[in-house]
Amino acid sequence: MAFLDIQHLEKSFGPTRVVKDFNLNIEKGEFVSFLGPSGCGKTTVLRMVAGFETPTSGAIRIDGRGVTGLPANRRNIGMVFQGYALFPNLTVEENIGFGLKVAGEGKAAIARRVSEMLELIGLSDLGGRYPFQLSGGQQQRVALARALAPRPQVLLLDEPLSALDAKVRISLREEIRRIQRDLGITAVFVTHDQEEALSISDRIVVMHQGVADQVGTPFEIYNRPATRFVAQFVGTLNLLDADVMDAAAGKVRLGGVPVVLNRTLSGRSGERISLAMRPETVALGRGEGDDVVLSGRIAEVHFLGSVIRIRVAVDGGLLALDTFNQPDRPPPSVGASVEISLPHRDLLVLAA
Amino acid sequence: MTERRLWSWLAVVLGGLYFLLPLVGMFDFSLRMQRDGYGFEAYRVVLADPQFQQTFGYSVALALVTIVLGILIVVPTAYFVRLRFPSLRPIVEFLTLLPLVIPPIVIVFGYIRIYNTSSVLPLTGSWWGTNLLILFGYATLSLPYMYRSVDTGLRTIDVGSLTEAAQSLGAGWARILAVVVLPNVFVSVLSGAFLTFAIVIGEYVFAALLNVGSFGPYMVWMGGNRAYEPSALAVVAFAITWACMGLIQLVTRFSKFSTVRR
Repeated sequence: MAFLDIQHLEKSFGPTRVVKDFNLNIEKGEFVSFLGPSGCGKTTVLRMVAGFETPTSGAIRIDGRGVTGLPANRRNIGMVFQGYALFPNLTVEENIGFGLKVAGEGKAAIARRVSEMLELIGLSDLGGRYPFQLSGGQQQRVALARALAPRPQVLLLDEPLSALDAKVRISLREEIRRIQRDLGITAVFVTHDQEEALSISDRIVVMHQGVADQVGTPFEIYNRPATRFVAQFVGTLNLLDADVMDAAAGKVRLGGVPVVLNRTLSGRSGERISLAMRPETVALGRGEGDDVVLSGRIAEVHFLGSVIRIRVAVDGGLLALDTFNQPDRPPPSVGASVEISLPHRDLLVLAA
Repeated sequence: MTERRLWSWLAVVLGGLYFLLPLVGMFDFSLRMQRDGYGFEAYRVVLADPQFQQTFGYSVALALVTIVLGILIVVPTAYFVRLRFPSLRPIVEFLTLLPLVIPPIVIVFGYIRIYNTSSVLPLTGSWWGTNLLILFGYATLSLPYMYRSVDTGLRTIDVGSLTEAAQSLGAGWARILAVVVLPNVFVSVLSGAFLTFAIVIGEYVFAALLNVGSFGPYMVWMGGNRAYEPSALAVVAFAITWACMGLIQLVTRFSKFSTVRR
């Protein structure tokens, strides 16, 4: 049985169903991210696991113990909030020791654990400060230490990096992952930032309108999106219309060129479907092993530093492609006629 | 000095004189008890009066108990209204303002009617009962000040997140209120408490009609029967009120964790 087991979880606020039949198994020590736009129900699921919301139906088990009806303070869960939620009247040390004091641990044990936690987050010399004397990143580190100090079974992080600036966000997310790995703690991380989710998770749950659209490793989610929403939400995607020529053989006409996909199609001949491809799978010119070749005209060129994003107008729409910057090869100019290519196996047929 | 500045100063000076002159006059009068010049004789007489000591001591004790009761009623109420029933806030606010609208004499007559010796709950019949009644009455009178200041204090902290953070760390309601909420609204509670103190110390109507020997009726009695001592008493009462306000300022300034947030 999974360590954190969520079965048929539902939540309605009045007539609005916010979470619909949500099922998830998380193994011990796993780092799982809930990814989705705001209002998709990811935070609600997290809050139900934490005990701050009561599910309309369904069950939550932690290490085999049913916790669905337990109040938040008896679940042994650590929580990190977006707005830090440090107690303003307590010092860093007192904040970190709060949970241990509630648990009735002795003074010496608390002091030992607090200094251990301060060392873990690299703030050993700031134990006597008050939260308002710390930067945002430092405050969130303290919040993490406070959540971890009582040795919770599960660590829940509710968009913990959203309030921080870009640089701190990246360094702190790496630190969170390192600490999670070191302690081997099971963690659930809620975010709307796909890069964040892709970079630190063992698995990602992509949520959309209260439903878990896809659960998988970052590699699976990015390369084999199960639904149109997942494909569009995670990463950048090109969508081109194609006409089905032979559904059974998986043959379609794309930009006037017949293409054989490596799967059969459900549509009938002549029906229009959407094909998707990632910008990095498309090459300018004829790439090695690329069997789908389209011609078009350069519409836009965006120089992003290490990467150049080019948009090419082809028959069927605009198509974005990424090439690496090469100092000896300037990017093509707008209006130029070009050929672009990609292997047919990188064309995704999206379910509605 | 520009002309505009001059007018500003003039307004300040006039306003200051308007408030200060009666006080100066009263203070001056209180010092003239002895015929041969200024002296603190009136203060000595007042402070040495056993009745002053008894009534003042009683009122101070009553004020302190009222403050404790007020905190016990208002802090959890304001907290749960903010946390769980935000839609009830206007209603609770209106209810807490009622003691300002309904004159104390109406409240106390209501009390006497309901709790008189021939009623089901004859609180006015015993010393304890009367004290309990006046305590509840004063707690009611202090509601507008206590509730507003605590509610304002709660507005400055993220009550929801702090509560959830404490809950996730295993804390129950009592601990959340005592360790997380109360210390963070302490300055507001204190300002409500000092206002309560000032109200209870000088309150007359409740005390007189419930026949309680507190400081308010003593001041009135003194005013009707003596010449210099009432002025001395008024100066003492002012000094106490100002000391309370000074203490609020002091605590606000030296509250070590609240300086930046507020």
